[in-house]
Amino acid sequence: MTAESLHRLHRVWRLGADIDTDALAPGHAMKHGIDVIAKHCLEAVRPDFARGVRPGDVIVAGPNFGIGSSREQAAAVLVQLGVAAVIAPSYSGLYFRNAFNVGLLLLTCAEAESLNDGERIALDTTVPAVVSPGGARLACESVPGFLMDMVRAGGLMNQLRQRGGSPDPQKASNV
Amino acid sequence: MTFNAPDRAPAQTLAQKLIARASGRAQVAVGEIVTCGVDMAMFHDSSGPRRLQPMLEELGAQIWDRSRVVLVMDHYVPERDDDSRRIVRIARDWAREQQLPHVYDSQGICHVVVPQHGHIRPGMLCVGGDSHSPTGGAFGAYMFGIGSTEMLGVMVTGEIWLRVPETIRMWWDGALSAGVTAKDMMLHMIGRFGMNGGRYQAVEFAGPAVAALSMQERMTLSNMSAELGAQAGLIAPDATTAAFLAQAGAPPVDMAPWFTDEGAALTHHRFDAATLEPYVAAPHSPANAHGVSRYLGTHVDVAYIGACTGAKLDDLRAAAQVLRGHKVAAGIRLIVAPASLHDQERAREEGVLQVLMDAGAELFPTACGACSGYGDPMGDGITVISTTARNFKGRMGSPTAQVYLGSPYTVAAAALRGCVTDPREVLA
Repeated sequence: MTAESLHRLHRVWRLGADIDTDALAPGHAMKHGIDVIAKHCLEAVRPDFARGVRPGDVIVAGPNFGIGSSREQAAAVLVQLGVAAVIAPSYSGLYFRNAFNVGLLLLTCAEAESLNDGERIALDTTVPAVVSPGGARLACESVPGFLMDMVRAGGLMNQLRQRGGSPDPQKASNV
Repeated sequence: MTFNAPDRAPAQTLAQKLIARASGRAQVAVGEIVTCGVDMAMFHDSSGPRRLQPMLEELGAQIWDRSRVVLVMDHYVPERDDDSRRIVRIARDWAREQQLPHVYDSQGICHVVVPQHGHIRPGMLCVGGDSHSPTGGAFGAYMFGIGSTEMLGVMVTGEIWLRVPETIRMWWDGALSAGVTAKDMMLHMIGRFGMNGGRYQAVEFAGPAVAALSMQERMTLSNMSAELGAQAGLIAPDATTAAFLAQAGAPPVDMAPWFTDEGAALTHHRFDAATLEPYVAAPHSPANAHGVSRYLGTHVDVAYIGACTGAKLDDLRAAAQVLRGHKVAAGIRLIVAPASLHDQERAREEGVLQVLMDAGAELFPTACGACSGYGDPMGDGITVISTTARNFKGRMGSPTAQVYLGSPYTVAAAALRGCVTDPREVLA
C-alpha cells in the first residue's frame, strides 16, 4: 500500500471523540455476519456513514477511538466497508490490537482534528504521515514493524494462510 | 569477614512481576515488548467457538492445552431466536468435539463464574475474549481482554505479546460510608480520568479502603478498569483473596511474591473513601459521572440490576437493603438478572431474592442480558438506570434510550421513588 498511497487521495469522514465499539458494531447486529453488521456501522452517531462510505475512504476522529468492547467486528466492519485507515489522536489499546489483527491501519496523529469532513488527503505509510494535496504534512506516530506487516498482509489470518501453517507469535525482536 | 551484598533486584510493580514470571524472566522493564506464556484463556459463546472454530479448521491447527481453556455460555443464552440458537449450538457442539474440560453453560456471566470456580489465581497471566477480562486482576492475576483473532493465536501457541505497562496506582484512604460501594469509587475515577485515562497501562487499586472490600466488590473495581482504558486492573492478593479461593476449591497458591515493591516507579493518585458520595454516570458515557446530587429527581422508567459488574451476591444484598419492606414506584419496572446461578441460589437461601420479588422485581436469567443489548433490549425513548458497566448510546438496544449508571443501592432507590435518588436517604 505504501507506494500507491501517496498518489491516491482518500476522502475524509470526520467523526468526534470517544467513538465506541458499540457504535461501530451495534450489539443488536452482533448475532449476524460481518456483512450485516457493516450495514449498521455507526448508525447511532453518523447514520449516513454505512450507505455513503466508499472503498478507499478514511475515518478521521477525535481522541479515544474504539473504546469499549473486545468485539473485533468493530474493526472488521471498517475493513468490510473498504475503509483504508483510521486517523485519530488516540485509540483504545484493545481496539488498537484488534485493528491490526484484522488488517485495519490505525494512524496516531496528534493533529488529526485539523482535518475536515469531505477533505481529500494522501497517506505516506512509510514515515508515516498524512499529506494534504497542497503538500502539508501531519506527522503520525511510528507503527511497530510487525504490526505494519500484519496490515500489509491483510491481518493475522492472512499472514498465517501465507505461511501455510500454525502461527508464529510476533517476537519482541521484530519491533 | 565481609560478604558482598547480594545483587538487589530493582523495585518492581506487581504488573512487572506478573509479566516477568509469565515471560520466564527475572525482571522486565516498562515499555519492553515481551512474549508471555498464557496460564488460562477464557472466552464465551459470542467471541469464542463461532469465531475460532472456522479459523482453527482452516489452519488445521489444534488447541495448545485444553486444560487451560474455559468456555462460558453467557451472551446468547437463553436463546431467543434462530440466530442465538445457532450461535449457542456451535459453542456446545465444539465444546463436545474438542472435549473441553471446563465449560459453564447458562451458569452465569463469565467474569463471575470463572473466578467462582477457582480458575483465576494470584501470579497467573490470563487472557479473555471479552473487554471486562481485567476482572481477573482482583485476584492478583494479570488478565486482559483480546479479540477473536488474537485468541486464535493464543489457542494455537499458548503465547501472547504485550508491552510492559506503566503502573497507575489508585490509593484509597479511609472507609466507605453506608450506601457507598466500589461502583461509586469506579464511577468517580472514570469521571475524573476519562474513558482512556488508564492509557492501556496497568491500574493498581490499593489502600485501606480497597483492602476492606469483599472479593466481589474488588471484582467491580478491576472489571471497570476496562472503562478507564487500562489493560489490567490489579489488586495485590491478601487473606480476603485466599479465603475466596479456598471456598472456590482452588489449589493453594503462594501469594507472598505478588505485591508492588516499595519504591517501584509508578504514578500515584490518592482518594478519600470517607468523603465519597454515591455516583451516577449520565448518558452516554461512564465518564459522564458526577455525585448523585446532580441528577436527583430525574425520572426513570426502568431500573436494571444486572451484569458482571452489578448483580453479584453483594450487589443483590445491597439492593435488598434498600427495598426491604417497600414496593417499587407505580409504573416503574425493576429488572433483576443475577450475575450467576451460584449467587442467585445464595441470594435465595438468604431471603435476599424474596425481598426483591416482594418489592416487585422481575427476575431475569443469569446472563449478560440487556447489558450488551444482545438479549432483552431496551425500547425507544425510555430512561434506564442500571448497575451495568457501560451506557454508550444504543448499547442497551435503542439509540434513543437514556441510560444512567449507578450502584445497586442507587438503582434500587431509583426504583423505589421512580426517579434518581440518593440511596442514603432511603437507608437512613
